[in-house]
Amino acid sequence: MLSTAILLGPQRHVPIVREAVAAVVPRDDRRPLAVVTAGWEERESEDQELREHVQRPVKNLEVWARVERIFDKDPELLRAMRSRHDRLRTVQELYRLRLQGLMDPVKELLRRTGDDDLLAPARHDAMAMVHELDEQHVRRVAAIHAEFEARWHPAARASVQREKRELHRHLESASCLLLAGGHVSVLLHRLRLFDLFGLYGDRPVIAWSAAAMALSERIVLFHDDPPQGSSYAEVMEAGFGLVPDVVALPHAKNRLITDDPLRVQLLAQRFAPAICALLDRGSRLDWTSSRWRGSPGTRRLTESGAVAEVGE
Amino acid sequence: MIDPADDEATDIVPRLEAAVQKGEAALDRFVAEHEFPHVQGRSVTFLFCGEAQEVTLHHWIHGLPGSLPFRRLQHTDCWVLQIDLPAKSRMEYKLGVAMFGRGTLIRDPLNRHTARDPFGANSVVYGEGYAPPEWTVEDPEARKGTIEERHVESHVFGDWRPIRVYRPARFRETRRYPLLVVHDGFDYLQFASLQTILDNLIHRLELPPLVAILTQSPDRMHEYADDERHARFLVEDLVPQMEALLPLVRSPAARAVMGASFGAVASLSTAWRHPGFFGKLLLQSGSFVFTEIGDHDRGPVFDPVVKFVNEFRKAPGRPSESVFVSCGVYESLIYYNRSLVPLLQETGMQVRFREAHDGHNWENWRDRLREGLSYLFPGPLWLVYE
Repeated sequence: MLSTAILLGPQRHVPIVREAVAAVVPRDDRRPLAVVTAGWEERESEDQELREHVQRPVKNLEVWARVERIFDKDPELLRAMRSRHDRLRTVQELYRLRLQGLMDPVKELLRRTGDDDLLAPARHDAMAMVHELDEQHVRRVAAIHAEFEARWHPAARASVQREKRELHRHLESASCLLLAGGHVSVLLHRLRLFDLFGLYGDRPVIAWSAAAMALSERIVLFHDDPPQGSSYAEVMEAGFGLVPDVVALPHAKNRLITDDPLRVQLLAQRFAPAICALLDRGSRLDWTSSRWRGSPGTRRLTESGAVAEVGE
Repeated sequence: MIDPADDEATDIVPRLEAAVQKGEAALDRFVAEHEFPHVQGRSVTFLFCGEAQEVTLHHWIHGLPGSLPFRRLQHTDCWVLQIDLPAKSRMEYKLGVAMFGRGTLIRDPLNRHTARDPFGANSVVYGEGYAPPEWTVEDPEARKGTIEERHVESHVFGDWRPIRVYRPARFRETRRYPLLVVHDGFDYLQFASLQTILDNLIHRLELPPLVAILTQSPDRMHEYADDERHARFLVEDLVPQMEALLPLVRSPAARAVMGASFGAVASLSTAWRHPGFFGKLLLQSGSFVFTEIGDHDRGPVFDPVVKFVNEFRKAPGRPSESVFVSCGVYESLIYYNRSLVPLLQETGMQVRFREAHDGHNWENWRDRLREGLSYLFPGPLWLVYE
C-alpha cells in the first residue's frame, strides 16, 4: 500500500497534473519526474504536451518500448505472453457469459417493488452470487499469472533484468512517479513484468485514468452504452492494490448513465464498500494519511442510486 | 379557462381549425408558433399553405398508398394531413402540389429537416424520440483521418478507376490496419457522413483504426448486379494493389466489404464468388430479391440480381465469417432481407440483423453504421481509458 497517491481523471484536454505534482514535490526539487506512458502503446513517446504542461524535467521510462525490445531478444517470452493473453481472453469471455446470467436477475430484483421483507434477502443473495463470481474470476486470472510466472520466470530472464536495472536507476533519481492512462491491460502487465512499484518503493505516485484503475485492488471495465454487447461492468483482474477501497471509473461522463438510479445502484452495491469514484476531467482523489479526500466536483456513485461528492 | 387553441395537450388539428376561425392573422401566428410537421406522440400533422387545387404527401413507405391526400382547411389556402408514425421513426417525403391538372413535387416549405441523396434532397420527419445520433456529427475532440483521391488500375475492366483512401488519424506506416472496402463509397462520404463516423468511432475506441477504400462504380446497376468482373476487380485488382500500397493486415479476418442496396448485392456476390476472401460483410438494405414461383416484377435491371439470389439460396456455401445485415421496416426489401438472415445463419457465419423504423435511404444506412462497423471490427473501448 502506498502512503501517498493522487488519482486523476483524463488529462488530454484540461490537464491538472502540474497542480498534483506541486502537492507532493517541492517547487525547488529539480529531479526529473519519472513518467510511464506505456498505456499509449506505440504512441508512448508522444509525451510533448505532458512535458510542456508539467514544466519540470521529465524522464519517460519507455516501459512499452522496453518490453518490445525484450520481445525482440526473447521470442520465447513473447510466445509465452501471447499464450497467456489468449488464455486470459478466454477466461474473460467465460466469466462474461456467467456474469450476464447473474446480473439480469439482480437488475430485475432492484427494479421490482413490493414486500421488502421478501425482496431484500432475495436482492442480497443475488448480489452475493455476483460477488462470488467476481472473486472466482479474480482467483482464476491470478492462477493464470502464477502459472505463467512459475513456468517462464520472467523476472529472472537476462533481458528483463537488464531493463529493470536501468529502470531502477531512473526511478531512484526521480522526484515522483507519474502514470498516464491508456490500455489498462497493456499497462498493468508491462508494469508487472518489471515489478515497477517494487523498484520505486513507497513514494508519491500520481496516476490517471487507466493507471488509476491499475493502482487499485480491482480493475473494473465498464460502459453503460457500448456499441454492441453487454453493458454490465466486468472485473478484469486484481490491480496492484496500492490504494485501498476504490474503484476508479475514468471518463464516467462518456461511459456511465449516471442519471439512471438503477444502473448507479447496481454498480455501487456490487463494489461496496469501495468508493466507486467518477474520474472525469478535473477530478482528483488524494490518498494521504490513510484516507481518501476528493477535490471539489469529484463525484462517486452511492448505493442508493445517486451521485454525490466524494468530499473529505 | 384555457383556450383550446392554446392547449398544447389537445390534438393540433382542432386547434389549427380554431385559429382559422379567428382570421388570417391568428392562423399566421399559430403557424409561426408551431413547428411543422407537428409531432405529438405517434401522430404527425403536416401543413401546407399556398395556392393549390390538390396537395398530396409522397413517401416511400412500403405498404402505405404511395400518395396521401391533404385536406383543405375551410375558407383558407392551408392544407392539412395527419398520419401515424411510430416512435423513433424517420420518414422521407415530398409534397405533391397540383394546379390546373399539373402536379409538382416539392420539399415541405415548413420543414427545416432535409435528407440528401444522389438524386437531390427530400424533406424528412422524425418520429417521437428520434434524433440524429450524436456520433454522426463532427466531434471537435475527435482527431481527423484523411481522404486521398487515387486511381487504381483495373486489369479486369481494362480501365483506371477512381477511389478514395481513408487513413485514420495518427496513421503510421509501421502499423498494420484492417481494411474496409466500401461500395458507393463517395456517396457514403457525401450522404452518410462516413468520414465523420469513422473519425468519431475510432476516437471513441468503438472501432480500431482502419483503412477504408471507397469505390464508386461508373455503372453500378450492372456491375453491382452479380457481375463476375466486379467481384474479380475487387479480389484481383483493388485489394492486392491496396495491400502493396498500404500497411494492411493481409488476412481475411481483417478484411471487410460493405454496401447498401445494389452495393450490398455486390458485396454478397463477391463474397459468394470468392468465399473466405473477405472475412466480414456489412449489408445494408440489400436488394436481395428472389423468386420461389414465376417471375419477378422489378424490371430487367433486377434480372441478374434475382438469378444470383436464387442461386445463392440454393447453395450459399460459406462466403464469409461474420456478417451484419440491416434493413428498414418501411422498405419493400424488408421481406427479402428477413428471408436472408436464417439462410446466412445456417451457413455457420456469425450473423447480426438489425431492423430500423426507416426507409431505403442514406440516413438509415448512416444510422446503422455504428452498430454494424463495431460488430465487425470491435474497438478497444472496453480496455482503453486514456
